[in-house]
Amino acid sequence: MYKLSLFIVALALFSSCGKKENATEDFSTGGAATEKTTDPSTYDPNRGLGKYSTVELGAQLDAAMAGEGEKIQSVKCSACHKLTDEKLVGPGWKGVTSRNKPEWIMNFITNPDPMIDKDPKVQAMLELCMVRMPNQSLSDTDARNVLEFMRKNDGVK
Amino acid sequence: MKNKFLKATLAITMVAALFSSCKPKNSGDVVSGDAAQKAYVAPGKYDEFYNFVSGGFSGQVSVYGLPSGRLLRVVPVFSVDPQSGYGFSEETKPMLNTSHGFVPWDDQHHTELSQTNGEVDGRWLFANANNTPRIARLDLKTFKTAEIIELPNSAGNHSSPFITENTEYVVAGTRFSVPSDNANGDVPINTYKKNFKGYLSFVKVGKEGQMDIAFQIEAPGVNFDLSHAGKGKSHGWFFFSCYNTEQANTLLEVNASQKDKDFIMAVNWKKAEEYIKAGKGKKVSTKYAHNTWDEKTHTAKSEIRNEVLVLSAKELKDICYMIPCPKSPHGCDVDPTGEYIVGSGKLAALIPVFSFDKLQNAIKNKQFDGEYDGIPVVKYEAALHGEVQKPGLGPLHTEFDGKGNAYTTFFVSSEVVKWDIKSLKVLDRVPTYYSVGHLCIPGGDSRKPFGKYLIAYNKITKDRYLPTGPELAQSAQIFDISGDKMQLILDFPTIGEPHYAQAAPADLIRNNGQLKFFKIEDNKHPFATKGEKEAKVVRNGKRIDVYMTSIRSHFASDNIEGIKLGDEVYFHVTNLEQDWDVPHGFAIKGADNAELLIMPGETCTLKWTPEKVGIFPFYCTDFCSALHQEMQGYVRVSPAGSSVPLTFSLGTNLPATK
Repeated sequence: MYKLSLFIVALALFSSCGKKENATEDFSTGGAATEKTTDPSTYDPNRGLGKYSTVELGAQLDAAMAGEGEKIQSVKCSACHKLTDEKLVGPGWKGVTSRNKPEWIMNFITNPDPMIDKDPKVQAMLELCMVRMPNQSLSDTDARNVLEFMRKNDGVK
Repeated sequence: MKNKFLKATLAITMVAALFSSCKPKNSGDVVSGDAAQKAYVAPGKYDEFYNFVSGGFSGQVSVYGLPSGRLLRVVPVFSVDPQSGYGFSEETKPMLNTSHGFVPWDDQHHTELSQTNGEVDGRWLFANANNTPRIARLDLKTFKTAEIIELPNSAGNHSSPFITENTEYVVAGTRFSVPSDNANGDVPINTYKKNFKGYLSFVKVGKEGQMDIAFQIEAPGVNFDLSHAGKGKSHGWFFFSCYNTEQANTLLEVNASQKDKDFIMAVNWKKAEEYIKAGKGKKVSTKYAHNTWDEKTHTAKSEIRNEVLVLSAKELKDICYMIPCPKSPHGCDVDPTGEYIVGSGKLAALIPVFSFDKLQNAIKNKQFDGEYDGIPVVKYEAALHGEVQKPGLGPLHTEFDGKGNAYTTFFVSSEVVKWDIKSLKVLDRVPTYYSVGHLCIPGGDSRKPFGKYLIAYNKITKDRYLPTGPELAQSAQIFDISGDKMQLILDFPTIGEPHYAQAAPADLIRNNGQLKFFKIEDNKHPFATKGEKEAKVVRNGKRIDVYMTSIRSHFASDNIEGIKLGDEVYFHVTNLEQDWDVPHGFAIKGADNAELLIMPGETCTLKWTPEKVGIFPFYCTDFCSALHQEMQGYVRVSPAGSSVPLTFSLGTNLPATK
């Protein structure tokens, strides 16, 4: 048995120093999503983080868009947000369009996760609500319609 | 035999083999130094292959990553799954319907990935049920069981679900021959030879994957064991191993092991198609279930069909040919070129390799050796490419690496043997721990194998892991086969009892359009609740339908009163979330079935029949947010005949002040 053990040691030595050229390649080119590291000083708290830089609003309400937005709100948003200023799971919507720039709202409702990690206002809200706002998979059109409905809720005519 | 072989191998292998042969029960030490590195996939990194492993008596399919051996998922297929509600929710119950009624369990033996031009294409995975004969199709975008079809005239659907190279057909051959469904089955068992038949089913696979039994071939009553389709030049043919050609009906262990040779049955399915066109098929009445999952309604539907088209192998002589094969063949495997057919006789001391070209010549020149129950028997030598001599004991299954090599498992001598297909020379052998059954090389039964890893699925575990009492998990081993010598790199325990498995490059599956959640706007479930405004409770006689929503972290409604004993309550829970990996669970005290696990955008239904008066809490079982523990509600159950009105609410039924 002692001799055999020596063999094994030799075997282990042989294979560990003799197979360098066969070293495993890294096949995992696409690993799990890694967090994008952005310099916090470049974060624009007025714009937020996402695809929208500026969002043009009409002087008056687009009632048709607001109507579409309301439908989406009832399926995807109303479970957590009231239309008053009362907090439910998340904050109430009253005044949301005066507290935030339209591009900030558009970015937040289409790209919540990265903003929850970065945005000072959202982080303060998270401490109150303790629930991260879910990504409700809004299309660009959906998001814009929801914004129009928020404007309607805030009294834009 | 072993010593001769050892002399011819490199010293390094000698050392390993000597060691293992002098101490066969503790052989972890044959692992060489860089094994860990080869099997290591760093945290946060992905595996190189998906491995779809049959669950055996668990009835499910498990999905592992290779080379790490990490368990990624268990997909419920043929057995109920209380953790997801599969087979318990009202929507999924029809998936397990059969001509015998609802069947909650099966024995799942083989998996097969769909192919295009003989290459794995990442669309679907097929799985067989051995006990109550069925084939399932899993959609690899959702990793859900999308369809299950039952097989009439069959018992023990073992030689299944193997496919043709463009997924034209998925086949099923009966392991236990039985009287056909429309014959009088009330016959003495010892009239096997007269009354029992073996049916081979060819199930057509449509563009969207939908399955339909195109035809069955009525063949002699024997045990059809395994099968594989021809490919390339042999596309158009299917090969089925058969044993018990003695046609024994008792003590098969002895009585089905009498003959030196049984058969591989070659089936010319293109010829069968011609006969069908010419109207030679007979419509036979029978009964079988066809169950389909609708992704829009999140609901399964079960239909009973009443007819199948049957071709007689005896009457239509040029569909089937018997190739003699020693002895009680099990595995029946076709090499990537389609030229070589390997039969593995469980009791044979050699491996016969047949040549497709020679078989065609033999058929053309009528080199026959009589008939077996009306089917021409091709002369053994006329179809034989050659034999691998003294390869090991108890050959079972063979896979290929695409470099001209075959790898065969040996149950009795507990090893995998690598051999050269053309020269039939043994090149290498490695021990397995213990008594290997099936093996898998990614793409190893296709035209394009990825010959980098080989996984051995073992039948015996014994001392391989820490002991867990008399009952142990099964053991599997991963070998690196990229070099000349096979190298053991990892052991991993498995779910159920794996038989066959398939593997595909990870990118093929993960880039196939993986679904992350169900779009709520596409939800066409008749009881979907799209938004809390629609949440309601409706009474219709004794039936109560609860239209309920869930979102982090509350249910709507969460206070329900006015349920009475004798009512049947259906909770239709819609998960309003629209993001990846935010399922909600639903469980209620006293439910005699299971929980629901509802994916984002999905609606699931749990039926609940309260048996007692009182207050019954329900809650979310899947930790969903910091306020998950607050995600709960109450149902009040009153006596039959009570006058408590039916009410439902969220956030308004405030504490009583008196």
